[in-house]
Amino acid sequence: MLAERFARAASVAALHADAVDREGRFPAEAVAALKAERLLGLQIPRQFGGEGSGLTDIAEGCFALGQSCSAAAMVFAMHHIKVSSLVSHGLDSAWHCRLMERIAGEQLLVASSTTEAGIGGDLRNSLCAVEAEGATFALGKDASVISYGAQADLILATARRNAEAATSDQVLVALMADQITLERTSTWDTLGMRGTCSDGFRLEARGVPVEQILPKPFAEIAAQSMLAASHLLWSSVWFGIASYAVDRARVFVQAEARKRQGQVPPTALRLAELSNALQAMKATLVSALRRFEDAQGNADLLDSLAFSVMLNNLKTTASDMAVDIVQRALGIVGLAGYKNGTPFSLGRPLRDVLSAPLMIGNDRILANTAKLLLVQKSAGQLMSA
Amino acid sequence: MVSPEAIRNILARNEALAPIAGEISEDENLFDKGLDSFGSVQLMLALEEHFDVEFPDHLLSRKSFSTIRSIRETVSSLVQAEAA
Repeated sequence: MLAERFARAASVAALHADAVDREGRFPAEAVAALKAERLLGLQIPRQFGGEGSGLTDIAEGCFALGQSCSAAAMVFAMHHIKVSSLVSHGLDSAWHCRLMERIAGEQLLVASSTTEAGIGGDLRNSLCAVEAEGATFALGKDASVISYGAQADLILATARRNAEAATSDQVLVALMADQITLERTSTWDTLGMRGTCSDGFRLEARGVPVEQILPKPFAEIAAQSMLAASHLLWSSVWFGIASYAVDRARVFVQAEARKRQGQVPPTALRLAELSNALQAMKATLVSALRRFEDAQGNADLLDSLAFSVMLNNLKTTASDMAVDIVQRALGIVGLAGYKNGTPFSLGRPLRDVLSAPLMIGNDRILANTAKLLLVQKSAGQLMSA
Repeated sequence: MVSPEAIRNILARNEALAPIAGEISEDENLFDKGLDSFGSVQLMLALEEHFDVEFPDHLLSRKSFSTIRSIRETVSSLVQAEAA
């Protein structure tokens, strides 16, 4: 059963979560457990040795891991966001089909390099360019962030199509770890999400076969698979973190109730409010996942403006709600949550979840939604996007 | 009938496409030519204003606005629907 495999990996992640956070190190034990449970190839089609899982299955894994170790959950999410791009856009390319076979067979970990010095987090623009020479190409990129870049087996990197192309005319290239050099240019020493090891690097690749460039323009990949996968899977991680915090609050309130039997503890009212907020967050996430699954195969719907608005709203809503929920859980458990090393400690989840509104800043997303709303029309039907 | 020139005139007022609007063929992908999401929204607004139509939600996709030909077809279908 998939749920049991996720649970086993999550229990390993939980054991090491505090050390990963304290030392700011890669969640190596959790990722080894994910590989041992063969969870890195889930989305790969069956004909290439995977299990053909949809994003809803992956979201369950993000949720399970999010309750244990946010960093491990985010690594799992980011890996599967990249794999979703390969599965959605790599089937026409023999090289990428072979890559999918290897990801499933060897449980390769895939990282992403989009962020670039001088461009920042604007995914849809690149400065660096593919420099093709005959059958191979070279690429040099000032990648100001590559999460777990040093630990990944391969990196999918954005770059301009060629030296003359506009900054938005991008391709996505697959670079195997043994084809590149990474020189660390900055260190990920952060408030939370410390184990994603999102260091900065100077990435250099030479003599890479041109078949490793995905044939689809990155504009299409971003619009049709990356945006949806990112917002759905990140939100699932944040929902896991929020759920863990609410669980801690509930156990705390129940312990209070057992101490003073016959009375409802004052914190129970706060817990009731919190359960309300968690349910609203879950409803937002689950409805977005359902809409995404229902829209599979309907490229027009996935590509539509209304769908982008829906996904943008998911991201801003889920990220803000997750922070609010964890903070309110801390309010319920009080000092026992503020202190590290108690059964109710919420310091690590709180620091981790504070990254949620900042990962692609909510203001940037709201500004994008604002533009889309200039032309969007009716609200449609109750059960539509 | 909506002419390619009418569409090109509107593209010529679009920031990303202005310098090359005259050279884009009917089937070249505008997004490959530098049109971004904001540019496409601006393009939709300009087309609605010029042809006095409103694009319903199901036509507000990249596909409808990806080439001069697809824009012509989209706009023509709306203009005809309105005349009928």
